[in-house]
Amino acid sequence: MTTIATNPLVTVKSNSAPMRNIDPVEDLIALLARLPGYGRRSARRAVLRMLMDPQRQMLPLADALRNAAEAVLPCDVCGNLDTRSPCHICDDPQRMQGLICVVEGVADLWALERAQAHRGSYHVLGGTLSALAGIGPEDLRIQPLLARIEAGGVEEIIIALPVTVDGATTAHVLMDRLGDTGVPVTRLAQGVPIGGALDVLDDGTLAAALRARRPA
Amino acid sequence: MTMAFPALRLTRLMLRDFRSYAALDARFSGRVVVIAGENGVGKTNLLEAISLLGPGRGLRGARMGELGRDGLPWAASGRFETALGPFDIGTGTASEGGGERRAWMLDGVAKKSSTELAERVAAVWLTPQMDRLFQEGASGRRRFLDRLVWALEPAHAREVAAHDHAMASRNRVLAQGRADPGWLDALEEQMARRAVAAVAARRGLARRLNTVLAEQRPLGAFPAARLDLLCPIAAALEDSPALAVEEGLRARLAQQRRRDAAAGGAAEGAHRTDMTMVHLEKNQPAALCSTGEQKALLIATVLAHASLIAEARGFAPLLLLDEVAAHLDQRRREALFAALAALPAQSFLTGTDVGVFAPLQGVAEGFSAASGRLETIAGFGVPEPA
Ligand SMILES: Nc1ncnc2c1ncn2[C@@H]1O[C@H](COP(=O)(O)OP(=O)(O)O)[C@@H](O)[C@H]1O
Ligand SMILES: [Mg+2]
Ligand SMILES: [Zn+2]
Repeated sequence: MTTIATNPLVTVKSNSAPMRNIDPVEDLIALLARLPGYGRRSARRAVLRMLMDPQRQMLPLADALRNAAEAVLPCDVCGNLDTRSPCHICDDPQRMQGLICVVEGVADLWALERAQAHRGSYHVLGGTLSALAGIGPEDLRIQPLLARIEAGGVEEIIIALPVTVDGATTAHVLMDRLGDTGVPVTRLAQGVPIGGALDVLDDGTLAAALRARRPA
Repeated sequence: MTMAFPALRLTRLMLRDFRSYAALDARFSGRVVVIAGENGVGKTNLLEAISLLGPGRGLRGARMGELGRDGLPWAASGRFETALGPFDIGTGTASEGGGERRAWMLDGVAKKSSTELAERVAAVWLTPQMDRLFQEGASGRRRFLDRLVWALEPAHAREVAAHDHAMASRNRVLAQGRADPGWLDALEEQMARRAVAAVAARRGLARRLNTVLAEQRPLGAFPAARLDLLCPIAAALEDSPALAVEEGLRARLAQQRRRDAAAGGAAEGAHRTDMTMVHLEKNQPAALCSTGEQKALLIATVLAHASLIAEARGFAPLLLLDEVAAHLDQRRREALFAALAALPAQSFLTGTDVGVFAPLQGVAEGFSAASGRLETIAGFGVPEPA
């Protein structure tokens, strides 16, 4: 017991419960380190920086975290994260609500929004099929998409999933399920990047670009 | 030998905390470099460091964590001379990433990945582990083959990984029993497409290699050899277009679900490719050849591969030949040395006994390796100017 009192960095281990930190700094580092883009090292750096000026760097952050946690919720229609549901995209009369772009996650939705390339609405699947991670078709938001189509007004589905094996598998399954609805389904073209010379492309990209060729 | 290309030359190698080396600064001026020393002095480590100056995980295929001396962050850098002037390449543990990430530098400028280096540096190698290539399982031969393909087509590694991922996913879905047919369809399509792409690349490599091997005949003591793929997909590609082979494989995978589920794996796919070499004069597969003959077949293959790389890149790659004299009789050894001396490529040879390299005196530069250092062997050779 005395060791714990005198050494703030000691961790308590019990045989039954998982290891638990009792040091608030270590707790914070461990929480940050779980975030994408953070390792223990960068988490420790960020925490150290904040601890230099907790009044200005930590308390406002804590408030911002609380506010966001309480205010943000998933959109019932598309799965986007926003302060309201339906989200501001689903609620926007200027957008073509019948043109639905299917993405893996909210990060992709936000990326497409930043590019201002899509004038329709979205549908967030919430992942891609992954047998190895135990994510099956019923774990994705495929059913809600079919329900949106059933509700009417959908003119086209654009599949914008990653070109990995899992992404392509998901797209295949999705196109299968959408086949019965009669709604036209398209996919993002893949191939020659803007500014890309042909001779520096890898064979896979070239083959995909050839597969996706279209009348000139 | 079709290697009339300017050679890449390593003239300086610096190591810090790499494997058994705390610090090393070695200069090479020879086109053939001999490194002799007892077991465990760090000869293979040195060749591995050189192999890491190019893209990939080097000649041991090691993970980052294994490379640092006693787990320390490590660094290796090399100065290369080419027909177009010198350049420096550095690699080692990245400052971010907890020791698992690798950093790259070209002429003192950090590079995000090794792709740019692939245009500058290439090395081929032969290690004692490969002596058992024809005795051990097909997976070792497939890896050997894939490495040969990958050195010429970097996208190949991704294709093979994608195939294996699709296959592992299909195995898992089949094992769960709750097989969703649409999901399996999708995985089988991915698997078939990637399998055909990967096998087509292997087949292309085998063809190009065999063309060079056929031209290589005058190498004397080296047997005329041919590399044969043992792979139904490759055989199907002989007389059907790739899309038809893809479709056939996809259909068979769909038919074989129950059997594959029971067996716990796919009976067909890119993971079943095997290969052999044929000793043409004896018309004998490598597995039946003597150890020395197998070694000679492998040397012929590696030299042919070096020619292909030279053709593709426009410069002759470094040849890293670890314990190359082992298993070779004197006649083949001398034929190998004569062949190396005649190549524009720079080669690094290691061995425990400096005596076997005697025929290279006056041609090669000799070093003895001991306790993390390299000492010039006096009087071994007159290093020619680089
Ligand atoms: N990461 C490492 N840190 C320290 N020593 C290492 C490391 N990896 C290998 N070694 C040492 O390197 C030696 C083997 O060197 P190697 O180059 O294989 O010898 P050889 O001259 O026989 O080819 C062994 O003694 C081994 O302990
Ligand atoms: Mg060795
Ligand atoms: Zn929405």
